[in-house]
Amino acid sequence: MVIDDKMIDYIGELARLKLQDNERESAKNEMNKIIDYMDTLNKIDTSGIEAMSHAFPVKNVFRKDEVKPSISREDLLLNAPDKSEEAFKVPKTFD
Amino acid sequence: MDLSTLTALEAGKLIKNKEISVAEITKAALDNIEKTDKNYNAFVTVCHDEALKQAEEVQKKIDDGTLTSPLAGVPMAVKDNMCTKGILTTASSKILTGFKPFYNATAVERLEKAGGVLLGKLNMDEFAMGSTTETSYYGPTFNPWGENRVPGGSSGGSAVAVATDQAYYTLGSDTGGSIRQPCSFCGITGIKPTYGAVSRYGLLAYASSLDQIGPMGKTVEDVAEVLSIISGHDPKDSTSFNQEAIKFNLENNVKGKRIGIPVEYFGKGLDADVKARVLEAAKKLESMGAVIEEFNMPELEYAIPTYYIVACAEASSNLSRYDGVKYGYCTPKFDDLSDLYYKSRSEGFGMEVKRRIMIGAFVLSSGYYDAYYKKALQVKAIIKNSFDKAFEKYDAILSPTAPTTALKMGENLSDPLKMYLGDIYTVSVNLAGLPSMVVPCGFDSNGLPVGLQLTGKAFSENTLMNIAYSYQQETDFHLKKPVLKKEMEV
Repeated sequence: MVIDDKMIDYIGELARLKLQDNERESAKNEMNKIIDYMDTLNKIDTSGIEAMSHAFPVKNVFRKDEVKPSISREDLLLNAPDKSEEAFKVPKTFD
Repeated sequence: MDLSTLTALEAGKLIKNKEISVAEITKAALDNIEKTDKNYNAFVTVCHDEALKQAEEVQKKIDDGTLTSPLAGVPMAVKDNMCTKGILTTASSKILTGFKPFYNATAVERLEKAGGVLLGKLNMDEFAMGSTTETSYYGPTFNPWGENRVPGGSSGGSAVAVATDQAYYTLGSDTGGSIRQPCSFCGITGIKPTYGAVSRYGLLAYASSLDQIGPMGKTVEDVAEVLSIISGHDPKDSTSFNQEAIKFNLENNVKGKRIGIPVEYFGKGLDADVKARVLEAAKKLESMGAVIEEFNMPELEYAIPTYYIVACAEASSNLSRYDGVKYGYCTPKFDDLSDLYYKSRSEGFGMEVKRRIMIGAFVLSSGYYDAYYKKALQVKAIIKNSFDKAFEKYDAILSPTAPTTALKMGENLSDPLKMYLGDIYTVSVNLAGLPSMVVPCGFDSNGLPVGLQLTGKAFSENTLMNIAYSYQQETDFHLKKPVLKKEMEV
């Protein structure tokens, strides 16, 4: 049981998610089952094998440093739940 | 004439020959959606007025000779995780309530430039996380082949829109089988292209190293034509390969093609009817001149845990952008900024999405990173390597697409691990970045479709399409249609 109440709180904090009381028990059960299953990877020897993040070699992609029009402020704010004329609005973060 | 049953290329030909106008065929498609979609719920959004307007514009460009694509004027629809300018884009999640992007995904842009008419946006599992299209905030999509059957997922809407003749072709996305498995469940044709063949710009990310957009349609020819439009380098996606759009040269000839069958894929857990249909397809290809051989790929056993570790890890990072501030759903009541984040996300995401984000946060967290995430990336290298070895011997790998045919609604929803295990034949392909396509190869004893999966080495789309095309020339499974439930006409 890797996923106990403490762990659920901890990863909830990392992920900015708070589960309802009625979601919590089943989430714990399901996640423990899934993580137990993920532990089957322990059967395979990976010593000396380099971790592969992309299936094909990826290189840095460069482009010329040219001035081009960028996304307009109006477009960026188009979908904001709360905004002023020129910015996203969020609750006060310090006094 | 019932226009809806035409293939995309047949419809394009009628338009080109002026036997029908783009407005007429678009209007007919919209009427058909209105009649049928209450029963299937394939669409989240139908772009009625926009489509009719677009039809007029496309017609002008066809008439003046600017639009020459064989698919110019043909109505289509795309999965709701691709950005469409000014049109609601939800990824079937509450958290994207009201989100209207100000730009098009590159794949959508390219279709529109070629004269595709967008009928609407298609239902899916929330953020493409699921294999049944039941986790959508907008309700499940229904499979037309059986009462109360799931269409597969996550591109369930994209599959049903084609299977019910609502759209001539659709776009789906495939992170672990999300194009292929619904194709199999709904009896249609589709391809997950090589990673990097189609731009991901404007695709709402689930797991960026695995996600790939691909076409779904009625025939191999249709799917090949669409892929030749949407593929090719895009400077807006740094993982898109620096090469031209893929061109296809289809001919009915599989003589001497070497096709491998991994024996591990035909063992425990595979439905007897599915097994029989897929092996019959292998026999068919053999009778047409292909060389079929069994081989071993024991590493495939590790594909599912590896996939879920990698995909959840990337999802936990990608979905951190949904914070209730920039777009979409924001909780109405909150104490401070932190509370706004917690509540918007906890209320906006469905349970399966929350579960995957939390598993992702866990496997990336300090103390567990090496045991899970790093380990998974190492196993990914082993899986990739075993595919490389297989493709030294074979032109394609033949397998089932899913262990079963379409499941009953609700069957796997309460047991996520059981649902994950259903991805056994599809996820390894995404880990290795390979192209893989599905064609219908028969039906089970309940009359539900079975799909044959053909996987090739990177950028072997032309080889796969040729094998699949040859198979469709000699079989008629792809021409079979479900009996549709239409609303009574008043």
